[in-house]
Amino acid sequence: MSLWSRHAIFEKNSIVLVIGILIVIAIGGLVEIVPLFYLKNTIEKVDGVRPYTPLELAGRNIYVREGCYLCHSQMIRPLRDEVERYGHYSLAAESMYDKPFQWGSKRTGPDLARIGGKYSDDWHRDHLKAPRSVVPGSVMPDYSWLAETNLDFSHIADDLKAQALLGVPYTSAMIASAAADVVTQTTNDSPDAVDLAKRYPRVNARDFDGDPARITEADALIAYLQMLGTQVDFKLYDDKANIR
Amino acid sequence: MANALAHRKTMTIGEGGSALTFTALAGLSIVVAAKAYTPEFAFHAYLFGAASVAAVFAIINRYYERPVEAPPLTIDGKPNYNMGPVKLSAVAAVIWGIAGFTVGLIIALQLAFPALNFDLPWTTFGRLRPLHTSAVIFAFGGNVLIGTSLYVVQRTCRARLAGDIAPWFVVLGYNFFIVIAGTGYLLGITQSKEYAEPEWYADLFLTIVWVVYFLIYLGTIMRRTEPHIYVANWFYLAFIITIAVLHLGNNAAVPISLFSPKSYIVWSGVQDAMVQWWYGHNAVGFFLTAGFLGIMYYFIPKRCDRPVYSYRLSIIHFWSLIFLYIWAGPHHLHYTALPDWAQTLGMTFSVMLWMPSWGGMINGIMTLSGAWDKLRTDPVLRMMVVSVAFYGMSTFEGPMMSVKIVNSLSHYTDWTIGHVHSGALGWVGYISFGALYCLVPWLWNRPLYSLKLVNWHFWISTIGIVLYISAMWVSGILQGLMWRAYTGLGFLEYSFVETVEAMHPFYVIRALGGALFLIGALLMAFNLWKTVNTAVSAAPADLTLAPAE
Repeated sequence: MSLWSRHAIFEKNSIVLVIGILIVIAIGGLVEIVPLFYLKNTIEKVDGVRPYTPLELAGRNIYVREGCYLCHSQMIRPLRDEVERYGHYSLAAESMYDKPFQWGSKRTGPDLARIGGKYSDDWHRDHLKAPRSVVPGSVMPDYSWLAETNLDFSHIADDLKAQALLGVPYTSAMIASAAADVVTQTTNDSPDAVDLAKRYPRVNARDFDGDPARITEADALIAYLQMLGTQVDFKLYDDKANIR
Repeated sequence: MANALAHRKTMTIGEGGSALTFTALAGLSIVVAAKAYTPEFAFHAYLFGAASVAAVFAIINRYYERPVEAPPLTIDGKPNYNMGPVKLSAVAAVIWGIAGFTVGLIIALQLAFPALNFDLPWTTFGRLRPLHTSAVIFAFGGNVLIGTSLYVVQRTCRARLAGDIAPWFVVLGYNFFIVIAGTGYLLGITQSKEYAEPEWYADLFLTIVWVVYFLIYLGTIMRRTEPHIYVANWFYLAFIITIAVLHLGNNAAVPISLFSPKSYIVWSGVQDAMVQWWYGHNAVGFFLTAGFLGIMYYFIPKRCDRPVYSYRLSIIHFWSLIFLYIWAGPHHLHYTALPDWAQTLGMTFSVMLWMPSWGGMINGIMTLSGAWDKLRTDPVLRMMVVSVAFYGMSTFEGPMMSVKIVNSLSHYTDWTIGHVHSGALGWVGYISFGALYCLVPWLWNRPLYSLKLVNWHFWISTIGIVLYISAMWVSGILQGLMWRAYTGLGFLEYSFVETVEAMHPFYVIRALGGALFLIGALLMAFNLWKTVNTAVSAAPADLTLAPAE
């Protein structure tokens, strides 16, 4: 009886009730979230993982804008069928520069974590324009306007700047050349491609959408898709290194 | 009246302050609109500008129209309740509900018949899906919560709502946020965090609205003339506080410029995933559960005229529910790059969560002790009790799906969608409909137009829900099994697209279920509209007794 009647303190003092609620709801979140900023296997650095090029970032922003994450995950689970279907299971490090993450929660379409390099640029262009022209049973919407819309990259340096502020290692040189890098990466055989590859190792630099005269949203999106999951060389990756 | 001359009418600090703030916001909006990076953002800036100008006009107009004295807190010793904002919320809830269910039906059909995406940016599944989820959760559910909470807090505290302009700012501001969010999705403005898609400026605005909501709620509780804070208010308060904490944590972002809608989240990768599902699961736990449990604890006892089954159970229910829910987020991230210990914690707490959930269900259903006969005669009460039964069902299914081995099959499939909808359509939908069927007659002080229509609503939408969730069980489990099926030679048996093609019949059945649910809601809208309007024209000539004042 005594303990039950003690509860009256919450029922008679609104501020006590508010403080009680705040304390009770804070515990779980703190225990689960705070360690993730310190633990080795969530902050490990893996060779090959680099920030997105300005073009890939612009493509990623289109991926976000169109809500691709609502039907495509980017997280391969360490289950036999997934590893055989999609490739090596995803590492935390592979999304360390993802703001926000795009792991997704539903696979109406297949996982895209390692889609990069699996299909040709032409296939992607046709597939975005009319998915059922290459995959007859697909239920994906047509995205034909992407190849018809010029990419707006006039403010791309601002994007890099904001990310640099949040800890993504974009240097001032990368920020200064951001807009020029978009042009370089979409040009076939550009003389500046060597410099671009110095800033962003293993970058794909070519015209992606089949129309070298224009830089379209399809260029950016395909550049992003073609680099997904290709940064880490799993022949060299030591998956025991971070087991404690 | 002679005294009135002595009191010259002066603008209150609230009126003057808000008029000045909105004037400043209008000016800022015009500057932003002029320098906006994209036309979509300029459009939103103009919307902010127009709304601010309208707010200034409304405040000044109201000042000239109002009496010198502020409305009294009590009249003849009885609380002078402020129900205007509650009425507005109730109307908004019905309208947004219909809109949200309709968009849901459209996207269900798009998955069955992809030509319905129309090859236009604004009508693709990817842009309409957040419109659907936000419209049903935040526009429909949010207005139900704001409306009922502002009603319940006044009634159970026997005190007039705190604030003068503030309650109107909460309701109108919240609905303006919905407009910004919804039009933003269609125009491609999203930060891609599920159930938190609106961009930085909409989030900032919502933060202000929410803080004011918290203050008027707490202010009303502080004014109470009852010694105890009633249990429904504990749940509403936990909902308001926790949603504020989650919103701030999950939406921490840096915009690339004041003139751009685009921002980047402070967190990244695995940390962002954990923060997102800490938010996402507790949007379920506190927005769609705690808030609606507040409704259950007021409207079911009121409707069946019986006290809450157990006071002690409600204490255990409250504290254990809000403590355990916060931990459950990682079950959305099983087998991902999130560390195993966090996944295991999420699973363990999700399974434990089953107990307070069922404790709450028992407390709600057993409140009918001694009044079970009303289930036969009162379809509104039946709707609310069935909603608690659905709550019990989905809070059993949820812990089961959070077990890692079950989740390895169910995750990424339609089973999750089915689970969400048994909770959303069954629990949240039905308790909201029940509350609206109670609230509208109470607010407008006239009888419900037709109980028979409520009965039709109940049966049509129940069939809809059953079709919906069984179609999703079958499609989800089928697709999960197909993904992991091997041939005798050890090869994967199905290509991905074969598993997509197998979903088609279930997507059609699901759309049919959704259509039935929408038809039910349209019946409700008609019924409530008639309730409000019929009595106005019929009252003078009608011989029926007026309800007691």
